[in-house]
Amino acid sequence: MLCTWGRWMMAAMRHNVRNLYLIPYVLWIALFVAAPILLIVYYSFFDIEGKWTIANYEKFFTPIYLKMALNSFWYAFLITLFSLLIAYPTAYFLTKTKHKQLWLLLIILPTWVNLLLKAYAFLGIFGTFGLANAILEMLGIGKKQILFTDFSFVFVSVYIFIPFMVLPIFNALEELNPSLVDAARDLGASAWTTFRRVVFPLTLDGVKAGCQAVFIPSLSLFMITRLIAGNRVITLGTAVEEHFLVTQDWGMGATIAVFLMIAMAVIIGLTGNRK
Amino acid sequence: MIGSPILHTMEGWKLKDAIIRFERVTKLYDGVAVLDDVSFEIERGKFYTLLGPSGCGKTTILRLIAGFIEPSHGTIYFHDQPINQVPANKRQVNTVFQDYALFPHLDVFENVAFGLRIKKMKQAEIDKKVKEALRFVNLEGYENRRIQEMSGGQRQRVAIARAIVNEPEVLLLDEPLSALDLKLRTEMQYELRELQRRLGITFIFVTHDQEEALAMSDQIFVLNKGKIQQSGTPKDIYDEPVNRFVADFIGESNILPGRMIQDFLVEFAGKQFECVDSGFLPNEHVEIVIRPEDLEMTAPERGKLRVRVDSLLFRGVHYEICAYDENGNEWLVHSTKKAEVGEEIGLYFEPEAIHVMHMGEMDDGRHET
Repeated sequence: MLCTWGRWMMAAMRHNVRNLYLIPYVLWIALFVAAPILLIVYYSFFDIEGKWTIANYEKFFTPIYLKMALNSFWYAFLITLFSLLIAYPTAYFLTKTKHKQLWLLLIILPTWVNLLLKAYAFLGIFGTFGLANAILEMLGIGKKQILFTDFSFVFVSVYIFIPFMVLPIFNALEELNPSLVDAARDLGASAWTTFRRVVFPLTLDGVKAGCQAVFIPSLSLFMITRLIAGNRVITLGTAVEEHFLVTQDWGMGATIAVFLMIAMAVIIGLTGNRK
Repeated sequence: MIGSPILHTMEGWKLKDAIIRFERVTKLYDGVAVLDDVSFEIERGKFYTLLGPSGCGKTTILRLIAGFIEPSHGTIYFHDQPINQVPANKRQVNTVFQDYALFPHLDVFENVAFGLRIKKMKQAEIDKKVKEALRFVNLEGYENRRIQEMSGGQRQRVAIARAIVNEPEVLLLDEPLSALDLKLRTEMQYELRELQRRLGITFIFVTHDQEEALAMSDQIFVLNKGKIQQSGTPKDIYDEPVNRFVADFIGESNILPGRMIQDFLVEFAGKQFECVDSGFLPNEHVEIVIRPEDLEMTAPERGKLRVRVDSLLFRGVHYEICAYDENGNEWLVHSTKKAEVGEEIGLYFEPEAIHVMHMGEMDDGRHET
């Protein structure tokens, strides 16, 4: 009797052994991904006094928040665009160099440094008595207000995100069959036409992946925004931080977060590979 | 040192309809010559094959003609104009790549139309030419297929259509059949040969498969170690290999050392034989080639040589018999008749079956008959 039961257990375990391995993953997703998202949605329906309401959503569609959302998208767009403009040629020439793995490592290296440290380093460089102003003065242009401007915000963000754009594009270029380039040349295409008609279209997946990796996090930036742009740039990211930490209006903060998540999901859907 | 068969053919090159001419072309990679001081010329409307083992320099020649690489030394002429500096996109040649190199983001029509679009041709004309090219390779109706939906043989045809639609003077084919299975391969050999006849343009075909080369070509260049070992018609090369490498590479051969007593008399396997070769030094040490199918199995007393059968393989069309003579030389015989292992047999061969070559693998190729 006991023996039969034991055998049955063994069979069941063998059958379910694969499912057994899934348990840690499912637990992790449930506790740290699904539950927080549900909590955020839950909180977004409460006002500052803890009463159930949909006023937060009504408030989101007022001009103040819509403008803020538009602002966030605009900055994220600029950051993504400049990252792409710098990263694509970088990745392209990287594939042509002899020690490409070394160069790639050097490009990725800054991502190992804590974001906060890098932001502080830029505070030093862009400050009134920083390196940037010293150079400007030497060139006879004179001191300028660099910190707390749109420029410095986009510049630092682009600097931080470039490795995330370079990597997928580099991989896509590496995967490109070199004889396709030969074939295009053979059929009469100039170097530029070859790039436009063959190389770029075939590395578009890498570009999309890079844009996702840059656009989505830059949509919710708040630390760089705070440190580098001061209060000049107000985005959805800083608004979420403000509501949770300063005004303690968790409901409104959660509502903005919900919209951010929807926006991100839409972007992933739009740029995702439909194969 | 280039073999004189090439120099021989070059004597009257001005008179011939030469499209491409290599003049002492060398290509170095990291200081190593993959192509070593090679000269030859390509005439209009013929089917050429560059044949050799991997690393012999055959693909390098193709890439030099296509313009993907530049020679380190020497000059390449196209219609008597040097083209060393002309980039690939300005040359009147098109390539069919080994892996076809079809553009995966374009459909069949756009792949074939690629070259025409670059020439800024009118849409109506593009439609007409693409249709024509696809009909040429029996792919009508496949215009809107994705490349991923095409089989290996069909991709091959798309690659050919994409090249010939540009009406090149020379079509370069880089081992285009190597990815296909045996049956399809044989089929495509016929088709390519037929295509070349219909188009009337020059084909330069690269392969390491000697049977393929013999079956398809008007002219074969046999390459090894960056040098042309021999050039000639398939029959020339099969019947009169100039050195051990060619004899060994093209078909199966019995190669053994010998001595040229005088013109038309050669000694090997301890006996003297009448032959058709002359022009060697008296008593010059030479190498003898006899093809296995030129050896006829007879009764021991009627053969020119007596050998003992060591092993036997049934090959379908014939038996492959391995035998040894009393001096220990190995003899490979192809015969439709069966022999018993251990049996003593006689081997008979005509004087024409004996091919005499100078010694050494890197022979300079002098072989006057």
